[in-house]
Amino acid sequence: MPPHPLLDERVIGREKKRKQSQTDPPAGRTLSYVEAVREATDQEMARDPSVILFGLDVDDPKAIQGTTRGLAEKYGPERVFGTPLSEDAMTGAAVGMALAGLRPIHVHIRMDFLMLAMNQIVNVAAKGRYMYGGRASVPLVVRSMIGKSWGQGAQHSQGLHSMFMHVPGLKVVAPAAPYDAKGCLIAAVRDDDPVLYVEHRLLHFQKGFVPEGPYAVRPGKARVTAAGEDVTLVGISYMQVECLRAKRLLEEVGINAEVIDPVWLSPLDMDTIAEAVERTGRLLVVDTGWLCCGAAAEIVAQAAERLQGVRDLRLRRMGFAPTPCPTTPALEKLFYPDARTIAAAARDLVEGAPTGWIPDELPEPESIEFRGPF
Amino acid sequence: MSARLYRALYRIRRLEEEIARVYPTDKIKSPVHLSIGQEAVSVGVCEALRPQDVVFGTYRGHALYLAKGGDMAAMVAELYGRAAGCCGGKGGSMHLIAPEAGMMGTSAVVGTIIANAAGYAYALRYRRQDAIVGCFFGDGATEEGVFAETLNFAVLKCLPILFICENNRYAIHTHQSRRQGRPAICERARAHGMPAERIDGNDVIAVLEKAREVAARVRAGEGPWFLEAMTYRWREHVGPGSDYHLGYRTEAEAESWMAADPVRLLAEAIDAAERARIEREVADEIADAFARAEASPFPGPAELTRDVFKEEPHAAAPLVG
Repeated sequence: MPPHPLLDERVIGREKKRKQSQTDPPAGRTLSYVEAVREATDQEMARDPSVILFGLDVDDPKAIQGTTRGLAEKYGPERVFGTPLSEDAMTGAAVGMALAGLRPIHVHIRMDFLMLAMNQIVNVAAKGRYMYGGRASVPLVVRSMIGKSWGQGAQHSQGLHSMFMHVPGLKVVAPAAPYDAKGCLIAAVRDDDPVLYVEHRLLHFQKGFVPEGPYAVRPGKARVTAAGEDVTLVGISYMQVECLRAKRLLEEVGINAEVIDPVWLSPLDMDTIAEAVERTGRLLVVDTGWLCCGAAAEIVAQAAERLQGVRDLRLRRMGFAPTPCPTTPALEKLFYPDARTIAAAARDLVEGAPTGWIPDELPEPESIEFRGPF
Repeated sequence: MSARLYRALYRIRRLEEEIARVYPTDKIKSPVHLSIGQEAVSVGVCEALRPQDVVFGTYRGHALYLAKGGDMAAMVAELYGRAAGCCGGKGGSMHLIAPEAGMMGTSAVVGTIIANAAGYAYALRYRRQDAIVGCFFGDGATEEGVFAETLNFAVLKCLPILFICENNRYAIHTHQSRRQGRPAICERARAHGMPAERIDGNDVIAVLEKAREVAARVRAGEGPWFLEAMTYRWREHVGPGSDYHLGYRTEAEAESWMAADPVRLLAEAIDAAERARIEREVADEIADAFARAEASPFPGPAELTRDVFKEEPHAAAPLVG
């Protein structure tokens, strides 16, 4: 298993040691998530002329936070283009291109905008192969971003990945680390079925080890990002960062939490999660989305189905408050789980009763540089 | 040419009449939206297209599937829900496909394929392929947002696509005048920047000639073209029968269209012996298609979970866990 880039210095240190001890080391360096997404796109476009990239603003000066920077110049306006504000038709066009054998990457700067594309994603892309008896393929990648902070508000902040997990025929991936951002995007582009690739605005600033060459991170494989035996934390997308921070807080009270990043939400690697929960007996799933019918509900339900009668279980979900996202920071901070509330909930789960413990305020993660619009 | 067109029209008409006849036996396991009365649009346009050209259609897609060269036996088997169906029994009447003939699919959600067709046209042009797309939809689809969005994109990118609106005036049971504030569909196409023309969709020769002319222009790279073909659905929206008892339209309205039946009008122009030969051959083909459908097994239980995703691992990547 490759090192997890979220544990950056330690990982990079370990990587350097490994390089010295191996005859054929993977070449790598520290990249941001944005740079990893851009590199994956660039390498796949260079490898395969059927890969094309479009979406609102992919060729504008801000270049989707930099994830598409320079690609329009390098590959030309036929392969990289900004689109009309027509999410429905452009998603439908992407499906048509995919039916014709191209491998489009369609980019949405907010996941909220996918609601305008649901018909094409759910009714056409997801069903093409099955409904046509295996005679059609829709190798489409839909990139979208979950927003957070700086007052993103109700329509720029939603994590709607569970809606897509619900539908057979779609794959859903929500990489948290730059390593996975690159490897999963490459896997998504090479996949012969539609893949929803979920980014998070705050993850764009994460830095970590990224190999230089192309590689694919296999669909349906979770990653244990930190070992522990007292409780299993599953953090989805950006909540992976908060779970790793919560682990450090829990260490202060003598609790050793295991942390898992599912990476792929569909197909979901329940073997890895259930194996962990069979050991710890306690599962806390933290999502950057709502709880009702959500990704966390699915993971907890599957864990319960597999392990009921096998061992005693304590299960809990955390995610968005059951409200639209408020804009004001006074309410916004109550809307989201964070490392402190995750640590508190995990401790209660371990103790088997409410303890009333809440860790001291933490500084914001240094890696998060998000301070402005977009 | 007339004999060839007559065979194409008559073949679709007779097959759908046979579907309607068999339907009450419940052997057909799929809702059917018959195109009886509207065949000349698909036949005329597809006659103007070439084998490498591609079409997308609607849930009322039997005529288009057959006109573009889809296999009749595979279509009937699909309606029967059998393994030999063009979708292995998983699509049914509303999701016919025949990639080998350039029939790339149909949708049960109105308007959906308009954008898929434009994307396909983009791919053809990107690959410098010598082919165009024919995109078929009804008057109801022109009210969907995806219609306006796609027309804009098609003009913006100068796509090799011919839009064909089959205007039969009714979306299920609601007349166009009760759905559109200004029922001038060609005007809307022109407003997006493409040439548009209304034609008599029941005159198969007129459809063919106009489609040939504009397909040549689309093929030459002039950008998208739009045809509104006026036609009429004889049968109920879905199912084998008539629906005058519902009261949303009158028999008198239908009679004027039936008087201009494209199949009968063309039949009168054909040599009697040749016509008899065509009709005999079509009858044999239809009998054979139904016999083969009935002989085909239903798909086995393993088919339930097959083809949700491609099952082979994807290509050419070092996989890591």
